[in-house]
Formats: sequence, C-alpha cells, structure tokens
Amino acid sequence: MKRIITATVQDRSGVLNRITGMLHKRQFNIDSISVGKSETEGISKMTFVIEVSDHQNLEQLTKQLNKQIDVIKVSDITDKAIVARELALIKVGSNGHQRAEIQGIISPFRASVIDVSKESMTIQVTGKPDKVEALIELLHPYGIKELTKTGVTAFLRGHQPKTVTDLHATPL
Amino acid sequence: MKLDVKQEPKSETEFMTGADLFIQTLVDEQVDTIFGYPGGAVLPIYDAVYRSKAAFKHVLSRHEQGSIHAAEGYARVTGRPGVVIATSGPGATNLITGITDAMMDSLPLVIFTGQVASGVIGTDAFQEADVLGITTPITKYNYQVKTIEELPRVVKEAFHIASTGRPGPVVVDIPKNISAEVTAGSYPNTFSLPGYQPNVNPNPLQITKLAEALSHAKKPLILAGAGVLFSKASAELKEFAEKYELPVANTLLGLGSFPGSHPQMLGMAGMHGTYAANMALYECDVLLNIGARFDDRLTGNLQHFAPHAKVAHIDIDPAEIGKNIPTAIPVVADAKAALQALLTKDIKTDHEDWQKGLQHNKLTFPLWYDRSDELLSPQWLIDQIHKISEGDAIITTDVGQHQMWTAQYYSFDKPNKWVTSGGLGTMGFGFPAAIGAQLGAPDELVVAVVGDGGFQMTLQELSVLKEQQLPVKVIIVNNQALGMVRQWQESFYEERYSESLFIENPDFVKLAESYGIKGIRIEKETDAPEMLEEVFSYNGPVVVDCRVVQKECVYPMIAPGKGLHEMIGVKR
Repeated sequence: MKRIITATVQDRSGVLNRITGMLHKRQFNIDSISVGKSETEGISKMTFVIEVSDHQNLEQLTKQLNKQIDVIKVSDITDKAIVARELALIKVGSNGHQRAEIQGIISPFRASVIDVSKESMTIQVTGKPDKVEALIELLHPYGIKELTKTGVTAFLRGHQPKTVTDLHATPL
Repeated sequence: MKLDVKQEPKSETEFMTGADLFIQTLVDEQVDTIFGYPGGAVLPIYDAVYRSKAAFKHVLSRHEQGSIHAAEGYARVTGRPGVVIATSGPGATNLITGITDAMMDSLPLVIFTGQVASGVIGTDAFQEADVLGITTPITKYNYQVKTIEELPRVVKEAFHIASTGRPGPVVVDIPKNISAEVTAGSYPNTFSLPGYQPNVNPNPLQITKLAEALSHAKKPLILAGAGVLFSKASAELKEFAEKYELPVANTLLGLGSFPGSHPQMLGMAGMHGTYAANMALYECDVLLNIGARFDDRLTGNLQHFAPHAKVAHIDIDPAEIGKNIPTAIPVVADAKAALQALLTKDIKTDHEDWQKGLQHNKLTFPLWYDRSDELLSPQWLIDQIHKISEGDAIITTDVGQHQMWTAQYYSFDKPNKWVTSGGLGTMGFGFPAAIGAQLGAPDELVVAVVGDGGFQMTLQELSVLKEQQLPVKVIIVNNQALGMVRQWQESFYEERYSESLFIENPDFVKLAESYGIKGIRIEKETDAPEMLEEVFSYNGPVVVDCRVVQKECVYPMIAPGKGLHEMIGVKR
C-alpha cells in the first residue's frame, strides 16, 4: 500500500543522504520524495510517498525515520484530511493544428502552456498525483518527448473532520 | 653548519591550533585512553598530542583495525566511549569493519578521522575518501567539521550521541586545515538535538499491563540481552527474577547480565544455545525480552519462535520493538528504569510445574562433549580456563566455533566480562579487543580466546601488547581450520571442505617470541592443566598455541531455517 509520510527534519548537511540511504538499506520502495525549507529557519520538510507491504512494515518505516538523529517529527498523513500536490512539466510533440486540440484537453485540468516551439509545447500541471497522471495519459497519443515531476508535497488541512465519513467526503 | 635561530618564547594562546582545541575537548570529556594511528591529514592533531601534557594515554596500533577493535573492547568493559583517531583515506577505510561491528553490537565509540583540507575536498585529492558517505549507513551519526568555531560543539555532541540512548559509533571527520588553523578564540559547546530525545522512563500503563500479563502467566520466561548490561541493570534483573521466580535465558551478547551459575538460569538461547533455554523459548506463554533484538541467530525460523507466547519487549530503541517479532506489550525504556518500575508491582507467581519442567530439561539435556586421546578437546579447554581463572576473567573472542564453545562453557557470573563480536561476527576482533579491555580494566585478568584463522587477521597487534606491557593471555584454539566453515561444510555441503582447512600455519610459539612475548604450545590434555597453570600465573603476556581436535563440531545446533524445537546434537 502507498503511504504519504511527512517528516520535519533539522536542516543539517547530509540529512537527505542519510534518510534515503536508510530507506534503501532497509528495502523500502520510494515512489517520490520532495524536500524544501519550512516556515522555521533551520528546519526542512520532507514528503515521502512510499510503498509498504503491511502495517508492521509501515510501523518499521516510521520508527526507522524517527530514529534518525536529524528527524524531529514523522507523520503518516495518508488517512488524514490533507492537501497534497505535485507539479509536472510535460513536453509533447505538436504541430500547429494540434495546439488548439491540446489546449482543449488541458484546460479542464487548469494546466498551462509555458513554452512553445515549432514541433513541441510544454505544459505545466499542478495537482493531486492521480489528476497529474490522468492528464499525462490523455497527452500520450501526441507523443511525450520529456516528462519531469516534483514528487508529492503535502500537509494536513487546517480543519480535521471528526468522523471517518467526513474524512472520505473531503476531497484531497 | 648550525643556524643560530633565536627562540621566541611562545605563550599558550599564541600557539592554540584547532588541534589543541580538539585535544582540550577530549580532556573535557575525561578521555583517558585514545586508540590511534597517525598519518598526513592528522599531523596537526598528533603534533598537539605530542605537545599536550594531557592526562590521557595514546595507544599506537599496528593497523587501524587494531585501534578500533581495541576501542570496542575498552568500551565494552568500561561502559565509556572508546576513542579512535585515524588519518584520512586508507586510515579511515581501515576502520570500516570495526565501525560496523560497533554499530551492530551497540558499542559507544567516538571516531575522529582526518580529512584533506576543505578547499580540495571533492577533487580526489591524495588520501581523500568520502568518509561521511562511506560511514553514514554504519554509524549512529556522523559529522564533518566545517569551521573551527563549531569544533567544540560537534565533539561534545558526538560523545553525547555515542553514549546515550542505544549506544553506537559516531564519526567526526576533521579537515586538516581546521586542525591546523591558529586561533585564540574559545567557542561555545552548547547544543540542542530536538530530534534526539531517548525515552528512559517507561510508560506506567505498559508496566501495569506487563505486570498483569506476568501474573496470569503459567510459563513465563525472561530473555535478557545486552541492553541489561548497557543500562547497568544486572542487580535489578537478579532481584526481579528472584522475587517473582522467573526463569532466565540469555542472548549471546547478554551473557553475564544474569549469573551463569544461578539456579534460575537456563543458559544461552539460539543457534548453539542450550536445550533448556531453547525449549523454554518454544514453550513459554509470556516472553519478556529485556534489551535484546530478536536476532535471527537467536530466533531460528520465525514461525516456530515462541509460538504460544504473548511477547513483551523492553528496549530503549523503539525501532527494535516489533521489528522481527509481533509484540503485544511494547515498553520503550531503559532496562534499569523498567525493572525498577516492575519491582514495585505486585506480581502473582503460579508456575511451579513450569519451573520443574525447566529444571528437568537442564539436568537431562546438559551440554556435552567428547574427550580426546590425542590433541585437546576444545570444550574441555574452555572448561579448564574457566576453572583456572575461577570464572572471573574478562574473556574476548572472535567469531566461530571457539566463540560458541566459550559462550557455552565459560559460565559468566558477572556483567561486563564478556567481549565478543555478535551481530557482525568479525574474525580478528578478539585479540585487539583484549588489548582495549586490558587497558580499560588494568587490574583484571584478560583472556583472548581466538581461532587460528581470526588471530592471523590481526596478530600484528602483538607489538602493542609488548609495547604497552599488557599481561593479556592469548589462547589460540588451533584446529588448523576455519572451524565453523568446516562444520557447515561437513553438515550441509556433504563434507566438501572448500578452502576451509589450513595447509600452512605459522609456528605461533616462535611468532610470539619474535615479538618478545612468551609462547607456549599445548598438545596433550594430560599436560594442559599444569601448563595452563603456568600461563595464568605468569606475570605478563603469553601466547598459547592449543592444538585441538579439528573435527569437533559445536552442538547442540538449530540448523538454518529450522525452529527452536528442532535442535540437533542435543544428546551424545
């Protein structure tokens, strides 16, 4: 199962290497990692999307992350009300008459064209991973020349619903 | 021709380098022994060692691996961090086995490596190695010092991290320009580690649950590991086990945490554990693990490990709880604090039949071995050493058959007398570890029990033994083979002894003598008691080449992949 885990870490040298090294050594499968500075000086936020086999495996993952000296807090936010976003840049092959067609495809996704050349155009899309995936799928027939994604970054919503039904009613 | 150079008197502050500052931090940490080896990148540090009138002793090894295993031995018997200095590049990479060994067995070490100057790091400079990169997966934490200002803080943090919580090795990489930098400043060493707050005191709720589980138990068992030794909780463990009449089994590294000769002691559990201990693990209904990590050499096949038991686990490292064995009652705490909390509880004891059964197993299926007509039988040899040293020696070993026989037959009654390489299983560990142990405990009898294979991996340290005048007794259990490899080839590879038998060995007696050390060879059991008596009454180091039967195997045994109840070689 896929879990979204966030970690608050001290921004010390080698911290990313230390954490990815541990995940690799203990055979955790990383889907994506995104890292950036947080609102506090000297503190960074990491967001991992990691595939785990079961609950025991998940518990090991959070414990091993917590064990790292630089890691201040670890949260598995998969089942919480969260906002999760990633950004993708997609370069697709397109000649003049395909451009309008592609525009039509990307507009419901609120994606935008950020570069155009004779044979290609580059699209930027932001959103939940499944939305980004859906757009990539739709663009496939045009020939994807290049694709890059930032990986998911996420945190808890300001308001956490009290019941499970509320939770499921909340869109990511 | 002599140049007439006017010597300017130097004041202390004028001559303060980063290295002097570094030495001062070691003095502040009350370091009394340093295990090291000089080289280009640590020349400023060694110059400071030379000039300092500090109250510590520097022990020069003959290979950096010797330094680090000695530091491990020192840490194991003193409980204080072992301190190592090595140069950059090959100096640092020669430490890798020892660092990994210390990581696996949770030994507190603070290791200082020289590094090329900051300006050339990353250019593949002479004797440059990516020490941070290499040691990240094998250390509890590591640092590269970036500025002289942070040096005192980094050193203080390193000692703190190495010696608190679950102990472990910490590497501090110091670029040469920083140790050479001249400074007159003093810098703060205060630190804050918000991500590192080991939980010492147990959650009272979990202690209550644990006490209740023990009250309902019909077949309770304590498994005591090295965590008991690290938290200095042997007295509490004994009091607890006696108060509630709980039987105790030890892990390999936990030996000595509970008296080996105690009536409630079932012995070592695991691959070469006793029948009584392994069957107790198999049959128990409440298993209380105190400071052990359910290593695969202990558990055997996980499906058959304590299949009927409710498992409780006291450990200072939460990541060890539930890692291999599902745990009903996790207690994240220091062993001593947890045992003290448990001692205040009212726990009912109702397991007389269980006790009787265990005693029956102990008496009916004791460890056994065959005596030999020629050469020595290795188990008997360990028995003899136990007798002569009155069970009171500090014993170090490598890994393999001699290690298992020592664990089985040298019944440890006191804590911190047993120094062995458990998790990593390092050949060449025992002898240098004995040097460190003797330096840490100068008044105690230290015996290195080593194999002829392992000894040849680090025997260059004989020079250190001579130089430091250490009265270590080196017992070579010499079967002219890699005994455990040979045993597995006999049992599982149809006696195809591939590269496990030594055709040539040095004459260990002459070898010792060439180092200026007394050497003795024992070849017959009839000669052994008298000759061993001579060895142990000799006031100085002795290397004893004990020729033992090659075909002896370590029994009983749980074959790989088998369960605790499937031991072979239980009876003669």
